[in-house]
Amino acid sequence: MLENTLTVGRISEGFVLDHIEAGKSMEIYKYLHLDKLDCCVAIIKNAKSNKMGKKDIMKIECPIDFMDLDILGFIDHNITVNIIENGEIISKKPLTLPKKIKNVIRCKNPRCITSIEQGLDHVFVLTDEENQVYRCQYCEEKYSRR
Amino acid sequence: MRHLMSPLDFSVEELDELLKLAQDIEAHPDKYAHACDGKKLATLFYEPSTRTRLSHEAAMLNLGGSVMGGFSSASSSSAAKGESVSDTIRTISCYADICAMRHPKEGAPMVACQHSKIPVINAGDGGHQHPTQTLTDLLTILNVKGRLDNMTIGLCGDLKFGRTVHSLITALVRYTGIRFVLISPEELRLPEYIRHDVLDKMNIPYEEVVRLEEAMPKLDILYMTRVQKERFFNEEDYVRMKDFYILDKEKMKLAPEDMYILHPLPRVNEISVDVDDDPRAAYFRQVQYGVYVRMALILTLLDIHVD
Repeated sequence: MLENTLTVGRISEGFVLDHIEAGKSMEIYKYLHLDKLDCCVAIIKNAKSNKMGKKDIMKIECPIDFMDLDILGFIDHNITVNIIENGEIISKKPLTLPKKIKNVIRCKNPRCITSIEQGLDHVFVLTDEENQVYRCQYCEEKYSRR
Repeated sequence: MRHLMSPLDFSVEELDELLKLAQDIEAHPDKYAHACDGKKLATLFYEPSTRTRLSHEAAMLNLGGSVMGGFSSASSSSAAKGESVSDTIRTISCYADICAMRHPKEGAPMVACQHSKIPVINAGDGGHQHPTQTLTDLLTILNVKGRLDNMTIGLCGDLKFGRTVHSLITALVRYTGIRFVLISPEELRLPEYIRHDVLDKMNIPYEEVVRLEEAMPKLDILYMTRVQKERFFNEEDYVRMKDFYILDKEKMKLAPEDMYILHPLPRVNEISVDVDDDPRAAYFRQVQYGVYVRMALILTLLDIHVD
């Protein structure tokens, strides 16, 4: 009987994002604006994991200076970011909370100027690192993940 | 170039300088009468606020400058034609030397200062900030009490939506020995983020009470606020809350001799007119101090020094 496995090939240059919470990979795809990039992306959902039970993995083939991955620290700082060159892992990028997030999340406060001003960037600033609190740069409304 | 977006834009030391300058302006108005000769203030008011607009305009006129009416409601401005805040300020920057902006949307003056070639004063943005009111409140407290530290401040009324209360708390916690008594109905309590992020975080002692009478004997300053209709989405909630606190002569008997009453005005009925003659009623003096502190602010932002 054939073992029920799925194999995705190696990439020569780019990133492998491992230990993504199962089901979150599409969210990351959106946050990293991968739909707008002309590069090869593999998304593996619900892969078996000894540590997590199941997890998502993403492989992104692109030049390593091509992408700003700081936002991953905001999404989930437990993700492992492997940087790949010549088919090998050359380093792992440590994830920290970005000080500023631009045009990734939107302010939900209906009284905020971002709700009416055309072309205005949605900027959130890290105001409390310990409690991972981000506030809108304009109205200071706290960002709620729910 | 500096702008004023929040009262915390100034350090305590800078604030001390500003308040000292305001006191000097009060003592020697002639000295400053031509300090802004040839300078123009534009008032960009996207929602009506007669007293704040006139206070800024009076401040500039007292300094010898002139005032460009700008506009006093969105309907009489280019905003009605759909112009963005950033485009408006780019244009106004070509006409005036400094501007005061009030906007119903929170953060609008910050958008303006990002595109402005002239100093922008936030003259109130929705329920967010009203820094010149805070400067006015600080100058008033300093003038009536002679200090800004070591005192108990009672804040009464709409503590939930009252931006002047939020700004005053964040400005006062930078001084030592400050205690607060928060007087409000359950529905209008101070928001959790200010209690937690400001008061608890900085170990500022405070208590929350519902009855004004209970708090009165402990206070050095009583800061009354109006329940603002425009902050409610629901008319029923507003009607239920608006008469919750009324300060009258009877209640004033419970207050210490040196407890002063402040109010950002306009008042509706939360302070009975029979309190106006009480020497502890400082709210009309507060209006006058508002002009002095805005004069000091204009000079500071325009970097004009008078010997």
